[in-house]
Amino acid sequence: MSDKLFRIFLFIAACLIPIICGGIIYALVTDAYESFEHFGFLNFIFSSEWDYTEGNEQYGALPFIVGTMMTTFLALLFCIPFSLPVALFVGEYFKGTPVAAILSTVTDLLAGIPSIIYGLWGFFTLRPIIMALDISPEGSSILTASMVLSIMIIPYAASLSAEFIKMVPADLKEGAYSLGATRFEVIRKIVFPVAGSGIFSSYILAIGRALGETMTVTMLIGNTNQIPDGITATGNSMASIIANQFGEADGLKLSSLIAIGLILFLITAVINMIGKIMIKRARIS
Amino acid sequence: MELVNPILEFKKTCVSYSKQTMAVKYVSAAIERNTITAIMGPSGCGKSTLLRAANLMHALYPNIRVDGEILLNGQNILSMEPIEVRRKIGMVFQRPTPFPTMSIYDNVLAGYSLNGIRLSKSERNEIVEKCLRNVALWDEVKDVLNKKGTFLSGGQQQRLCIARALAMKPEVLLMDEPTSALDPIATKHIEDLILELQKDVTILIVTHNMGQAKRISSRSMFMYLGDLVEYDDTEKMFSNPTDERTRAYLTGKMG
Repeated sequence: MSDKLFRIFLFIAACLIPIICGGIIYALVTDAYESFEHFGFLNFIFSSEWDYTEGNEQYGALPFIVGTMMTTFLALLFCIPFSLPVALFVGEYFKGTPVAAILSTVTDLLAGIPSIIYGLWGFFTLRPIIMALDISPEGSSILTASMVLSIMIIPYAASLSAEFIKMVPADLKEGAYSLGATRFEVIRKIVFPVAGSGIFSSYILAIGRALGETMTVTMLIGNTNQIPDGITATGNSMASIIANQFGEADGLKLSSLIAIGLILFLITAVINMIGKIMIKRARIS
Repeated sequence: MELVNPILEFKKTCVSYSKQTMAVKYVSAAIERNTITAIMGPSGCGKSTLLRAANLMHALYPNIRVDGEILLNGQNILSMEPIEVRRKIGMVFQRPTPFPTMSIYDNVLAGYSLNGIRLSKSERNEIVEKCLRNVALWDEVKDVLNKKGTFLSGGQQQRLCIARALAMKPEVLLMDEPTSALDPIATKHIEDLILELQKDVTILIVTHNMGQAKRISSRSMFMYLGDLVEYDDTEKMFSNPTDERTRAYLTGKMG
């Protein structure tokens, strides 16, 4: 009897997750529908108007899609020179030593810091530096947000890359050393090519993480609604425009914000799926 | 046992993994040029460890210590740059390890590309053909040179790895149980190949297959618990070993 009860409990718990997920998608789609119907799906995506004057409401997602792409791409760019050495340090050079264990624990710790803390640090420490260096007058910019975002995604890229670097078989490396290769050559010509697809997939997952990051970006990006004309300009990402304006939105504007949310959800889902598939393939081969 | 022209010489060579455990204890032995010398012994006797020391593989692992001397043409390799030594002393491992991201062609040339040595197209073609012919693989793979090395069978992969080591024109080729992962037919191919190769390169081979040592080597070492127990002409060792432990091992009473 208790066995049967337990099975029913398991079944309900297991069903709940797909139901919740389906419910979220359903809510997003139905609430975004008004906006898509009013502006047209493609027109909504490619329009850069964001005007909430009553009677002349115009909403388009392009500035925020561009803002998200720019912050994500820059964050990825800034994160590579830090996460790749960390991955090599932990996975190859000091593999299995206490130093590597400490470094990888500290790196993983970065992932556990709440994003509001990153936001505060960026706002009160990095922003004044950006201002003092005269890079951007208010300190808030695409660049400022990207720099903090890059630190936030380092643990995701680094620890997974390190796993794949660790998995490169020792006898393969010894085979290369036995031919007179230096460590650098072994890393460049054996470790990287062999672990390559795994390393690549870990960066895809890091991108997935950066796309949806909200709090930090909202605090540092400057919150303006036009397409940023450079990396030192202010802007808004898809997540930050929603966080900024959902409180005083209703009707068409609310529907447009939810439509942006739906687009963000789809992009993130696709990116994460690609990353997961690639990781699976890399593990098998 | 008579040595006419030794090329490699172990002098009181010791290898230790930690302060307490010595895997190889004061081994002294000279290896004759252009011969095949086998190192036999039960698992854990230090035979692979000794072989790997001659390729300075221990330098990759900071916890391993090698003492004494290993001389190549009278020069102590332990005080030389590992990279320089490894170009003169090649190594073939237990498991075939063709580089999975490289084609068969590029695998043969891996020693050059890994060292950043640039060759002309005709030099490359010549080396690939010559080395693959040397290991009797050319006819089997000449039409699929651009395929990945991992696409070959185990025996073919191992011959590819031998070709890759030979491409660097080493003076000594160390082989660490090169046939233990292969089937009997592939093993026979490799043994024939080793016999053929000894005219160009000195071969030191670790094997726990007594039959193999008997078939291919002219001299044999027997190691036990890190000691070099006996080193003699293979024929003499198999017919009339001096040490009791050697006799016990060769007659299957130990091992």
